[in-house]
Amino acid sequence: MSNMNQAMVQKYRSDFLKEVEANVEEGHWVKMCMQCGVCSGSCPLGPYWEHPPQELFMMIRAGKREEVLSTESMWMCTSCYNCMARCPRGLPITHIMHGLASYAKRLGLSPKRQVTEQFGQMFWDSIVKNGRVNELKIGVGLYFKDGIAQGIKNAMAGRELGMAMMKSKRLSPMEYFGGHKCKDTSGIAKMLKKAEEFEAEHIAKFGE
Amino acid sequence: MADMKIGAYICQGCGIGERLDTAQLVNVAKREGKAAVAREHEFLCNAEGVQMIQDDINNDGVTHLVIAGCSRRAKTEAFNFEGVALSRANLREGVIWVRPATDEAAETTQEMADDYVRMACAEAKYMKMPSASGEQGLVRDILVVGGGISGMTAALEAAKAGYKVELVEKTGALGGVSAEMYKKFPYKAPYNVLVDNTTNELIEAVNANGNITVYLNTTVAKTDGAPGRFEVSLATESGSSKDVMVGAIVQATGFNQYDINKLPELGGGKSQDVMDQLTFEKMVKANGGAIKKADGSEARNVVFVQCAGQRSEQEGHLPYCSGHCCMTSIKQARYVKDAGGDATVIFDDLRTPGADGEDVYRGGQEAGVAFSKGKVNSVEAGGQGLKVNYNDKILAEDTYIDADIVVLATGMLPASGPNPYLAQDIETAGNEENTALVEKLKAEQENAPVSVLNLQYRQGSDVPHLKSGFTDSHFICFPYETRRTGIYTAGPVRRPMDAHQAIEDATGAALKAIQASENAALGRAAHPRSGDLSYPTFRKEGCTQCKRCTVECPFGAINEDEKGYPVYNEARCRRCGTCMGACPVRVISFENYSVETIGQQLKAVDMPDEFSEKPRLLIMACENDAYPALDMAGMSRQEYSAYARIIPVRCLGSVNTIWITDALNSGYDGVILLGCQKGENYQCHFVKGSEIAHNRMSKIDDTLEQLNMEKERVQTYEVSIADIHRIPQIINDMEKLIAEIGMSPFKF
Amino acid sequence: MAKKEFYSFYPGCSSQSKASADNFLRSSNAMCDALDIKLKEIDDWNCCGASIGYAGGSEIPRLSLSARNIALSQQQHGNADIVAPCAACWISTREAKERVEHSPKASQGVNAALSEIGLKVEANAMPEARHMVEVLIEDIGLDTIANGISKPLEGIKIAGYVGCQTNRPFGIAGESYENPVYLDHMIEACGAKAVDNYEKKVSCCSGALMFSEPEKGHALVKEIIEAAYDGGADMIVTPCQLCQMNVESYQRNINKTFGTKFNIPVVYYTQLIAVAYGKSSQEAALDGQMIRASKLEDIANK
Repeated sequence: MSNMNQAMVQKYRSDFLKEVEANVEEGHWVKMCMQCGVCSGSCPLGPYWEHPPQELFMMIRAGKREEVLSTESMWMCTSCYNCMARCPRGLPITHIMHGLASYAKRLGLSPKRQVTEQFGQMFWDSIVKNGRVNELKIGVGLYFKDGIAQGIKNAMAGRELGMAMMKSKRLSPMEYFGGHKCKDTSGIAKMLKKAEEFEAEHIAKFGE
Repeated sequence: MADMKIGAYICQGCGIGERLDTAQLVNVAKREGKAAVAREHEFLCNAEGVQMIQDDINNDGVTHLVIAGCSRRAKTEAFNFEGVALSRANLREGVIWVRPATDEAAETTQEMADDYVRMACAEAKYMKMPSASGEQGLVRDILVVGGGISGMTAALEAAKAGYKVELVEKTGALGGVSAEMYKKFPYKAPYNVLVDNTTNELIEAVNANGNITVYLNTTVAKTDGAPGRFEVSLATESGSSKDVMVGAIVQATGFNQYDINKLPELGGGKSQDVMDQLTFEKMVKANGGAIKKADGSEARNVVFVQCAGQRSEQEGHLPYCSGHCCMTSIKQARYVKDAGGDATVIFDDLRTPGADGEDVYRGGQEAGVAFSKGKVNSVEAGGQGLKVNYNDKILAEDTYIDADIVVLATGMLPASGPNPYLAQDIETAGNEENTALVEKLKAEQENAPVSVLNLQYRQGSDVPHLKSGFTDSHFICFPYETRRTGIYTAGPVRRPMDAHQAIEDATGAALKAIQASENAALGRAAHPRSGDLSYPTFRKEGCTQCKRCTVECPFGAINEDEKGYPVYNEARCRRCGTCMGACPVRVISFENYSVETIGQQLKAVDMPDEFSEKPRLLIMACENDAYPALDMAGMSRQEYSAYARIIPVRCLGSVNTIWITDALNSGYDGVILLGCQKGENYQCHFVKGSEIAHNRMSKIDDTLEQLNMEKERVQTYEVSIADIHRIPQIINDMEKLIAEIGMSPFKF
Repeated sequence: MAKKEFYSFYPGCSSQSKASADNFLRSSNAMCDALDIKLKEIDDWNCCGASIGYAGGSEIPRLSLSARNIALSQQQHGNADIVAPCAACWISTREAKERVEHSPKASQGVNAALSEIGLKVEANAMPEARHMVEVLIEDIGLDTIANGISKPLEGIKIAGYVGCQTNRPFGIAGESYENPVYLDHMIEACGAKAVDNYEKKVSCCSGALMFSEPEKGHALVKEIIEAAYDGGADMIVTPCQLCQMNVESYQRNINKTFGTKFNIPVVYYTQLIAVAYGKSSQEAALDGQMIRASKLEDIANK
């Protein structure tokens, strides 16, 4: 159990809803769900969610903290915003799902070796480092995330696409050495560090 | 009849002139219909056509009009002539629009039109101009029974409209349940807040209103008479009585609480901390907003169990939804949140209808009330607190929640008087040897509430029930109505509702009561024949005192005098004619609607002989649904048999079996009766008419047997106004059937 | 609304030279030249965080990224509208602006972060964040575009695939979430025929999950392509860089898995307009297609 997680358990005791309201992006909306299920029925990957959004909201109210924060469900969100567009109560469901996933990760409760999470982290790391995304590095990184052997296999499978992209001048091998990046990378890193500190303070402060 | 002069007017407009030989129709009207004046006109409903008719009335002394053109349901304003009787032959919707414009069809189409002109002339000949009886009551005061929010609203609305009101309340104070509320939802936006209870202001307004006389600790000992002349005796607690005359009555007696002791599985009666919503409300009010358990300690967790003992088919439960309870629980849960506690509402379907309801629901969610979709299996009482075991329907698991107080959202029971038909139903069940039903009804009779109105009616002391004791009438077409003319019920005695709805309901009922007393003063009928001046009379020397009319009247309008003769009380009458249909000796009639006006029409039809291959089908169609549906079939050009001859009737209940016998004796090959849906979800505008007609027709088989005729020749159908395809099919099927079984042998 | 003097341009990561939407960038330049739309790129813009950034960055860091772009734009281009051609860039920027305006936490946090680099954003004083498509529809007008074409795209039937993020949560004003019609109208404005009732018009291509959940992604794309073929489409057009990539580049994999024989070009609306305005194949970046849009090339080469 991470220290932060322990602290949160201490702080909110059995009231998971309050914790979500305080610490999860747009979490104050959760209580407004009226359990109609339109979100669950509108999700393109609906069948792959262990707990669709409607159910997650109910579980939050029922205090099922561990189950909610450790489920793979939120990581199935494709950010298509269909649930959000259709929710009769206007809940920003997509944002809440992102917020839940982000919060779970912060507390160290998100499922291990979750590919979307790993990919998203690489994406973010690329931003923190360069201010922009390096598509090639992320692609290669994703191939090799499970080790060299699996990486070569993955890379072979993706070879055709890579070649096609290079041929159409939409991927440059030179990207691997430097490539697209911002000028003020140090400023961006500083800004993001401050932003993260603010977020962490906010979480620590709320509910005291 | 010496002065009777028939004027027949044949319209050529809307294509009638092109399709029909109108000159021949003029001849038919003159020669066979005995019309003194008969004219064609190319556009009868225009100003010139109408003037032509008016001139004949003014200058030629025409007293009875036959207008042959469009349906009697069309152009009623143009063809509205003072002081004359009027019959309409339906040549447009009833003939040319339902027949193909082909040369082959021309002959039978013309025959149809000829017959309708003959029929209209025959009807006109036997019609009299209706006029009020002269026995109208002229009292316009309104009696309101019940001093809760519904009754007070009805009284104030009537008073504001300038009517004097007698407001009777059986307890010692006005206000009813409404006065018990700690807080309320507002009557206008924003709805997501709670506001102070303003019932006291309403009470003050009632007391301050010079048009309203309030009687506390008072009940109604006797109600006699009819709309416009109700004689009411009021009984006070002290034993003294007071007689008042009123024109109409609003019964706003409210509701009673369901007994939670019937719900032991939900902890009812097991702990004082399990209570119904009203008890919780009173507790919060008494504590000024603090939520306290029976032992006086503070309650931190309150669980609201929705649909407790209602919306359930289980024995002893209420089958219906009481409508207000979800909103009430949300309100009460907010009391808990305001006091710093936790509130959970466990619901299966949360019903908060309307824009205000949605805001109330959101308001509850915003305040942090927890809503759980689930079914409560049990409430365990004992030890420290309460434990609510329920099945979470979203998470599909059995779980529980601890509670200091459990509020059961139980249903509303109507505070109506006893079912006036219980004795009759027991007798019927006894005749059918249905002992189980007899037992059930007898138990109901023993536990019957005391009478509210003590009506001195042949058909019992109180307003009849529709379902589950609620005193509604025609729940779709005629809101506010009961089955007793001039007596309106409002609020939860009529159907389950919340205070907002009750206020609206009471306002409507007050207006209906005013309308009823004004109508009564003029001798006019209430809906659905509103404005009708005709009323039933009977030929006393022919009457056998059989009482069928007094028993069958759907509105309990007819009393009996000491010798057993009917007393009509026309202000109570809706003019459906069910009494006329019931009378075995045919002595009951209206001025403009009688055994003769219909009987002569069906006999006026030209009857081709047995070998003509032109059968005749008589269709008696209820004017409320079946006849409009036939008109609409014409508008959408549905074809049906040219052999059909259609006669509109006020209600199938008015159909006297003599008409069927006459039709068969006259050589008709088939007879079809078209009425409204009967039974539990009836659509009959006169409640019982269609059902009674079906019963009567089930007994006509004997007559057919005597005549040695096939039973299928007479058929009765329940139809709706939307059956514009089905009804032509029914008629066409009858034509086919006659082709199979052969023509009637009774042609002369 | 009339065309603005210039727009503050935020191309986004994919629409850079030799990035995955290189062909978008080139055709967009050609289109803007044809329609006389002036773009001034925001100097040193950064990534918006896109829809997958939440895995690493929580609310305030993500909002800060977009806030930095807004602040830079304001510094360099005053209150000129920020125009993004990428749906993710657009909604992230617009969302950051709205969040700063409505949430005290967001406003405080974002400005605390921006102050580290001497920038700030202020509620109700930020420029508009718009999608390139909005500029075409609202500022130029589809009628004007239709009137200016020199090479109508006759004889081509095109499925207008709007996708998700150009359509939700904001969408184009006046359009419905379930059946937006502007892309169909744009196709028709270029003289081509739009597939009627294209069933998968607003379905999801799986977005960024194509990388992490490829099998699920392929299944979604299969439906999108199948529906285009069902409508008799010669090609698919989309306003979204990620949609374009996902729908075009995995057709081989999908064919292998599902036994289909997909080989349908997926182009950008910018390419349609560029060609219809007489730009060459190369200017319209048709050489940047992995599946060549030969019918479009034929017209461009005429």
